[in-house]
Amino acid sequence: MKNRKTGLSDRLRVMDGKKFNINVVIIVLCIIILLITVVMPMVMVVYNTFFYRSTFNWKLFFNVIADPANMTAMKNTVVIAFLVTVIGTIVGLFYAWLIGRSDIPLKKLMRALFAIPYMFPPFIGAIAWGLLLSPRAGYINKWFMQTTGSQTPLFNINSIAGIVFVEVCYYFPFVFMQVASALERMDPTLEESARIAGANQFYVIRKITMPLVVPAIAAGAMLILISSLSHFGVPAMLGFSQNIFTLPTKIYELITRSAGSFEGIRQGASLAVLLVIVVVIALWVQKLVLRSGRYDIIRGKSMRPMLIKMRGLKYPLILVCIGTLIIIVVLPLCVIIAVGFLKAYGLPLKLSNMTFRNFEYLLFSSKMTIDAIKNSFILCIATGIIAMFLGTMIAYVVVKVKAKAATFLEVVSLLPYSVPGIVLAIGVILMWSGAFYVNLYNTLWIILVAYIARYVAFAMKSSAASLEQVHPSLEEASRSCGATHLESLKDITMPLIRPGMIAGFFLIFLPAMRELTTSLLLYGPFSRTLGVAIYAIKAEGNIVQAAALSSVAIGIIFLGDMVLRFVTRDRKGR
Amino acid sequence: MSSITLKNVTKRFTSKNHGTVTAVDNFNLTINKGECFSFLGPSGCGKTTTLRMIAGFEDLSEGEIWFDDTIVSDRKKNIYKLPEERGLGMVFQAFAVWPHMNVFNNVAFPLKVKRIHKNEIKKRVTEALRQTNMEGLENVFPNNMSGGQLQRIALARSIVTNPGILLLDEPLSNLDPKLREMMRFEIKELQRKYDFTIVFVTHDQEEAMALSDRMLVMDMGVIQQIDTPQNLYDDPANKFIYRFLGLSNFIDVDISDGRVYPKGSSGKSIDCEIESGFTHREGTLATRPNEIDLISEGGFRTTIKKRIFMGTYLEYRLDIGGQEIRIQSAFDKGFKEGDSCGVIFNKLKWYPKESLDTEKEREMRKII
Repeated sequence: MKNRKTGLSDRLRVMDGKKFNINVVIIVLCIIILLITVVMPMVMVVYNTFFYRSTFNWKLFFNVIADPANMTAMKNTVVIAFLVTVIGTIVGLFYAWLIGRSDIPLKKLMRALFAIPYMFPPFIGAIAWGLLLSPRAGYINKWFMQTTGSQTPLFNINSIAGIVFVEVCYYFPFVFMQVASALERMDPTLEESARIAGANQFYVIRKITMPLVVPAIAAGAMLILISSLSHFGVPAMLGFSQNIFTLPTKIYELITRSAGSFEGIRQGASLAVLLVIVVVIALWVQKLVLRSGRYDIIRGKSMRPMLIKMRGLKYPLILVCIGTLIIIVVLPLCVIIAVGFLKAYGLPLKLSNMTFRNFEYLLFSSKMTIDAIKNSFILCIATGIIAMFLGTMIAYVVVKVKAKAATFLEVVSLLPYSVPGIVLAIGVILMWSGAFYVNLYNTLWIILVAYIARYVAFAMKSSAASLEQVHPSLEEASRSCGATHLESLKDITMPLIRPGMIAGFFLIFLPAMRELTTSLLLYGPFSRTLGVAIYAIKAEGNIVQAAALSSVAIGIIFLGDMVLRFVTRDRKGR
Repeated sequence: MSSITLKNVTKRFTSKNHGTVTAVDNFNLTINKGECFSFLGPSGCGKTTTLRMIAGFEDLSEGEIWFDDTIVSDRKKNIYKLPEERGLGMVFQAFAVWPHMNVFNNVAFPLKVKRIHKNEIKKRVTEALRQTNMEGLENVFPNNMSGGQLQRIALARSIVTNPGILLLDEPLSNLDPKLREMMRFEIKELQRKYDFTIVFVTHDQEEAMALSDRMLVMDMGVIQQIDTPQNLYDDPANKFIYRFLGLSNFIDVDISDGRVYPKGSSGKSIDCEIESGFTHREGTLATRPNEIDLISEGGFRTTIKKRIFMGTYLEYRLDIGGQEIRIQSAFDKGFKEGDSCGVIFNKLKWYPKESLDTEKEREMRKII
């Protein structure tokens, strides 16, 4: 990694190796685990696409590509991802600048609220928007047609535009948070010196501020692009009914249509290869468009940046902010909760039509949902703990040991970051359903394996950030006091990075709790997760129960987020 | 070249934890044309805030600021010229060299803003870079440049428009000591060539004295004294300024019947004249380590606690009634640790006893 100064000296490392070498054990362990969980599933996807009964065969891949339905899906994927990235970046940039550099009031509150869509599961958002804007039954459309007498709905959410809209709502925070924190960290005198040089506010934004945050924009836009390309939930919720498919939903459809037969999975694998190719090309194109440099813009003195006076625009802008928050957070949340209380779908949203029955049934009577919640908790806690330790070990190798294998470990552990979840899921199926004498299909174990592969990068990043803060002199001091290498790790390094590890646990727990894509391909009759349960109930057409279970999921995620904030508050203070 | 006038300038900040704090309290001050004027004070004394009000980054709470005969800030008349309308040059502590532009574009920026013709820009940037010894680096990006080079780019950028006033916000504190000394001369040299008024903020008294024609010492948002460096050093108005301008010894004393007794010295008195007009019964004597002589016979009798060889001078630590004082002497007179000796004070300043509240408030403001 960047900072070469964080490891022990070469000589000391060599000396450590003469006795029992803990570092080698860690490295070997990391490599083996990553090979099994991450590398092999990927290899299996490619292998099964191009090899049939051990002979090379590109026919299947060719057939899949030549299928016009698949081509349409690919076109949709690219169009949606492109639009979501462009619009999401503009929206994120606008709000980041507004909160970072203008003098609108309530900025702290705004900043916190704008992070909420980040933890709102997009597929639940899609359900909510379906309730509000589906062409016939959506509450807003119904109200619009009743009041204006119009025959056409206000907006049809079951369309490409609708999918783009919902994805933008939940993905623009990627750019927002990256840019907002870049603006916060930026040395305000960089902008002030331009003012002194005679440039007005807008010239400074154009020539100084914007170019300096380009790396942050690029990073955020890349996250949006990857997420949107591989996103399953929203197009699944909004597109299936209109036969609008993207690559991830098409893969899912191919596999479910063939009822899990090997042929179907092979077709899915071919399409998955295509999806990976699209992701790689998209990333490459984006790199060309947004050449990102690394600038050192960290401030020296703590000085407040000069805020731009909005004068008359202040209150309209505040209204725009509040309006945005209502649209992307409050409205979907309210409609999900309200519908969850309805006696039956279609009834007007009146108190007299409300009941606790749905929640009662889901939480106390339905074995399926109770098991799903239980499974999700077991999976998320197990994944959190295992991936946290694995990620910390990898981070230790990458940051502190810097063995030759470090680059390999870093790249492989971060790979699932950009590989779509559905591709990983197919790989896991191919790998763990008997191909290597182990059959985990239809058990919780197969989902656990997939989750670990998918989320180890989160823990790795969190622990790596903490480890880089631990100066080598701290470990050296412990060695000079007579502690062995292992004792220094246990008594000095581990306690210092514990907050980072705990944060890593929650950074895994929260997204795993709302996971849908991977679980949907891997679940069996007794291994449904919370996301799968919501999806299944919604697919059955039981909207009110789906909404109620969604509210429960949001509640769990919200509580988890509160705990995360509580745990990390000491680190953020000051 | 312009003059700067501050009239009744006051700045208050409201913070959640500490209520309203007066950062700058009723400043009245004129900085003359072509003068090099420095604001000196500890951190949190309000010196940077004053500079930022002159630059236009902070509005005033009260008062007015004039450049020559033009008002740039006036609270009552609601005049507030933006920083870009004030035509200043400014160098910041962290240099604020833009990392996404090469050296030429950094320095050319103020000219480009003014839409000056390309050839003219090239001519003036080349000249500014020549003056700051940065020629030939036009196309280099500042990523890996040293502090000294960044400093020169920042200087070139601030003088390229030939401004009447140059503001320097602790410009030397991020440089190593040798470079710092060199840059002082270069800044002085630039001023001679370009003829601008310099306002300079620093917490380093040596730097302020070396550079300024006149300087202002401030503490807790209040002007303590304005004078030439030499007058300030020779005659500090209070104990705070005395301490701030160099190494100092303070001896708390009681005065009775025209004799001066150091506190805790059990009846031994210092042989010195009481400053005329000093009527307090208690006080503090201030003296610099090099203003004290050690003699073997006579003087105020005490013993040498410590003797440290420092190369160009010798430092002694002595005890006067439990109060430690330092003495620096250029010549070795053969005193050793534990020897008995006499002390003679060549120069003493007399200050009344400072109340504890002042000390406490100073600590408070550091936290804010």
